[in-house]
Amino acid sequence: MNKLINKTLIATAISAAVAASSVQAGEITVVSWGGAYTKSQVEAYHKPWMAQTGNTVVSEDYSGGLAEIKAQVEAGNVTWNLVDVELSDAVRGCDEGILEVIDPSILPAGADGTPAADDFLPGTVHECAVGNIVWSTVFAYDGSKTQGVGGIADFFNLDKFPGKRGLRKGPKPNLEMALMADGVAPADVYEVLSTDAGIDRAFAKLDSIKDSVVWWEAGAQPPQLLADGEVVMTTAYNGRIFNAVAAEGKPFEINWDGQVWDLDLWVIPKGASNMEDTLDFIKFSTGTQALADQASWISYGPVRKSSAPLVSSYHNQPDLDMAPHMPTAPANFANALQNDFEFWADNQDQLNERFNAWLSK
Amino acid sequence: MSTADISISQDGIPLKQKLAKTTALQRRRALLLTMPLVLFLLVSFVVPIGQMLFNSVHNDKVSAVVPNFADAILQWDGVGLPPEETFEIFVKDMIQAKKVREVGRTVGNLATRVNYEMPGSRSLFTSTARKAKKIKEGPYKEALIKLNKKWGNPQIWLTLQRAARDITPAFYVAALDLKYAEDGSIERADELYQIYLNNFMKTLWLSALITFICILLAYPVAYLLSVLPLRQSNLLMIMVLLPFWTSLLVRTTAWIAILQTEGIINDMLVFLGFISDDGRIQMIYNQTGTIIAMVHILLPFMILPLYSVMKTIPPSYMRAALSMGAKPLYAYRKVYFPQTLPGLAAGTLLVFILAIGYYITPALVGGEDGLLISNLIAYHIQKSLNWSLGAALGTILLVVVLLLYWLYNKLIGIDKLRFG
Amino acid sequence: MFKQFKQKQKAYGYLLLAALVITLFTGTVKAAIGFLLVFGVPLYFMNKMPDYATTGERFSRYMFLVISSSILVFLITPVLIIIPLSFNAEPYFTFTEGMLSLDPDAFSTRWYMDIVYNGMAAPQAIEGWWADMWENAQWIRAARNSFFIATVSTVIATVLGTIAALGLSRPEMPYRALITSLLISPMIVPLVITATGMFFFYSQVGLAKTYWGVILAHVTLGVPFVIITVTATLSGFDMSLVRAAQNMGANGWTTFRRVIMPLILPGMISGALFAFITSLDEVVAVLFIADVEQRTIPRQMFSGIREQISPTILSVASILVLMSVILLTVLELLRRRSERLRGMSPG
Repeated sequence: MNKLINKTLIATAISAAVAASSVQAGEITVVSWGGAYTKSQVEAYHKPWMAQTGNTVVSEDYSGGLAEIKAQVEAGNVTWNLVDVELSDAVRGCDEGILEVIDPSILPAGADGTPAADDFLPGTVHECAVGNIVWSTVFAYDGSKTQGVGGIADFFNLDKFPGKRGLRKGPKPNLEMALMADGVAPADVYEVLSTDAGIDRAFAKLDSIKDSVVWWEAGAQPPQLLADGEVVMTTAYNGRIFNAVAAEGKPFEINWDGQVWDLDLWVIPKGASNMEDTLDFIKFSTGTQALADQASWISYGPVRKSSAPLVSSYHNQPDLDMAPHMPTAPANFANALQNDFEFWADNQDQLNERFNAWLSK
Repeated sequence: MSTADISISQDGIPLKQKLAKTTALQRRRALLLTMPLVLFLLVSFVVPIGQMLFNSVHNDKVSAVVPNFADAILQWDGVGLPPEETFEIFVKDMIQAKKVREVGRTVGNLATRVNYEMPGSRSLFTSTARKAKKIKEGPYKEALIKLNKKWGNPQIWLTLQRAARDITPAFYVAALDLKYAEDGSIERADELYQIYLNNFMKTLWLSALITFICILLAYPVAYLLSVLPLRQSNLLMIMVLLPFWTSLLVRTTAWIAILQTEGIINDMLVFLGFISDDGRIQMIYNQTGTIIAMVHILLPFMILPLYSVMKTIPPSYMRAALSMGAKPLYAYRKVYFPQTLPGLAAGTLLVFILAIGYYITPALVGGEDGLLISNLIAYHIQKSLNWSLGAALGTILLVVVLLLYWLYNKLIGIDKLRFG
Repeated sequence: MFKQFKQKQKAYGYLLLAALVITLFTGTVKAAIGFLLVFGVPLYFMNKMPDYATTGERFSRYMFLVISSSILVFLITPVLIIIPLSFNAEPYFTFTEGMLSLDPDAFSTRWYMDIVYNGMAAPQAIEGWWADMWENAQWIRAARNSFFIATVSTVIATVLGTIAALGLSRPEMPYRALITSLLISPMIVPLVITATGMFFFYSQVGLAKTYWGVILAHVTLGVPFVIITVTATLSGFDMSLVRAAQNMGANGWTTFRRVIMPLILPGMISGALFAFITSLDEVVAVLFIADVEQRTIPRQMFSGIREQISPTILSVASILVLMSVILLTVLELLRRRSERLRGMSPG
């Protein structure tokens, strides 16, 4: 028995020593959405910043939402330094006091000398957040199997294009896309959605394809669903589809009709350690050059005006010009809708509830 | 010790008193041995759950963010709009609250709290907080309504009055698919928003179904194990115990591999020509998948108690009944089956209790319609962040489980539980 | 016709004949093998029945065996089937043509290598490979966490649980029923509720997202098993042994160490094993309380299944099945030892 106890003690001591690890100075944990998107950030932000400062960036993935940040802040044990969030979450998190306020005056002027306040697109710098990209939810399909798709209405047309559809599991932005497919002009979408009849109308449209829907949660899933032939068409983040085409040679096509665009922003959870390095990383990663570099890895638009002229071609394919693949390219922007963060901040609890009830029926 | 007791008791203290003292000492000693663990569980388990119960009725976001207003609105009689003083206190509190950035005490917290009961009102609070400092002097009522005409709606003030109480039944109202009507009475929620009661019903129904399937499958196996000679039954027992000892996630993974559309069963059916390659059957990521995987995981919990009871039934009883001319079915029904009831009750309650609280398997293979109440609780704790509602749902589930646990203890006794 | 099957050999003969016919008709041997498995194995358990048993009785007994063994197959197959699948050379969850025809090229250990490589900075490097694996490989980190957490929580649960069980099995114990049900309740209360409560409370006291928080949770969940197994061992315990020891002048600690402990040791160890495997398998509390730093094997599997299910999960699962087999063997040996010590018949 003594032997057994000794052995257990030794084993415990060893595992304790092994498990204990400490955070080094000059190390920050940056959390983002994973897959091709995180890769673009690693290449354009993390690596050059690490080379320049000698600090380390630990990259972590999550699938959006404020839950984790809130849990960390309320537990008083914040391990994340910087998180990439959607606008509605940045606003809500700021309102609830779980994010640090970021002084916009720290942001450097653009490479062409424009002061930061003028260089950032309107609405991309917030009390608690600094924007980095414009991204968009679009719908896509395999061009080698599906041809002749008109617009967003065809996504909901099972007669014309039979087969499964992929949709993000949640009301946002499915309700908006459903209304646009139902003939509502982008400018009127949120007005219609603010009435009960409008919400009913959006759900009715979703109802028409409900039995054929495969729901996805992580941004990496839609290209996978298309590649596996699990779905005929799917909504997706535009950069993920672009990446599957550019990096893996997949025959996917994006249909920009009825796209819903949004921002991604950097936020700092309240009470995060190592503020100095974190702010330095924000300054670096939202600089003109870093944003332009990122756009050569994935087709998300930089939020600085001064970055636009520097965006050139895909990082390893000089003849693949990035500009036409951006959500903000004029040809793609004809029937686009900006996600209304205030509408979602107001209504997301209720609409999530209704969506969940609808889903389980 | 007992010998010593007797010898000492000769010093004049009555034996009875001495005995009582010794017994008390022994009782204390026995109790003392359990105390470290009881105290440990108190801290690690009982207090946390108690706090969750408290969270389900306690939400102080209104009084924490606008404390003076919370006091004032509770004095209001609820007729028309609150008096001018209350408006003034509200505006001043909002200006004050806007400056606060302390976690849990910001305007956003207040807005979220009220938004639960009055969907769509969130931005009313956040935008008012931004602009409130422009209101320098009275009359505050007009100024506020000018800022946003929604402040002229008595409904928002009634909701605020309800929410200003720190102890509130509001989350149980929501958890039971009810809502407050305009006049403050409680009515059924709109059918489109009803989710929890249906889910409770579905959880109970699926648990009952799973328990029933487990009984059907476990009974013959337990019987076989109990009648076979030891050498053979030990061999077969491995087939029950190995899954029992295998990680839950391993078994769930295995079912995904077997049941998915590109999985083994579908492949076999296609190979044998029962279905076409396009007509593969969806057996996972829905209710069917949840049922199959959960039956597999919970089956040993039914087999083991049944087996331990059946093993103690002497085979001579059945033989006696048969030799006295009873038909096999009749003998089984009248002689054998009643004797297995304790094991059946133990297994049934155990499986049912475990099933209604199940989380992992439905989360992984349940898809949309295979989710149970535990998954909704986790959703509110981890995703929607409506912790009070999650706690209220959890409390309801806990009450159901504890009732069943009490029943189990009453009928079988938890100390009779054995594994393997 | 079953009357003729008094000898099993004869029955086996008929089954083989039937299998042969099936092979001839379908042109493949696979269906025949399936047929033999389903109907042949139960025959092994078809023990001698009294001579007066009727054909109907024999037939229903045989069918009963077929049904029972099918249920047992339902229980064991999923656990075993993942082992060959984990050696798939292709990234699929099913048997490929090559695997079915036992082509060696269709099998590979790539998913096992993947367990080690996943997360490593330079899996192909020679220098510093071990350090790299130890520090960076995701599954290795998860395994280290799992074993650390499981070991510490098992030790605590076993010590606290055994002491409490000693108290509970004393005849003088007051409020026995109440305290027993309290101590066992962590096993009954749904894990989501326990985890939610712990998440709220541990967050406030700074235990959430720490090793100690997870360990505390796992001790709580492991304790009921220790209580159950140790009280079971103590229920057959002869209290006069304790009195005898005390009579001979042993103090409390010596009595425990020299008399009680050796007798309840099997119960303690099997309780400890249960606590250990509970911790090793637990994922709900980890999901709520732990951070990435405390990520355990089940947690890693959970996100693997949710996000992108790869055969790597299957190879991890196969290793875990192997561990269960070992644990089960240890437990069985312990049980036999315990029964031998207490003078019961083996088995």
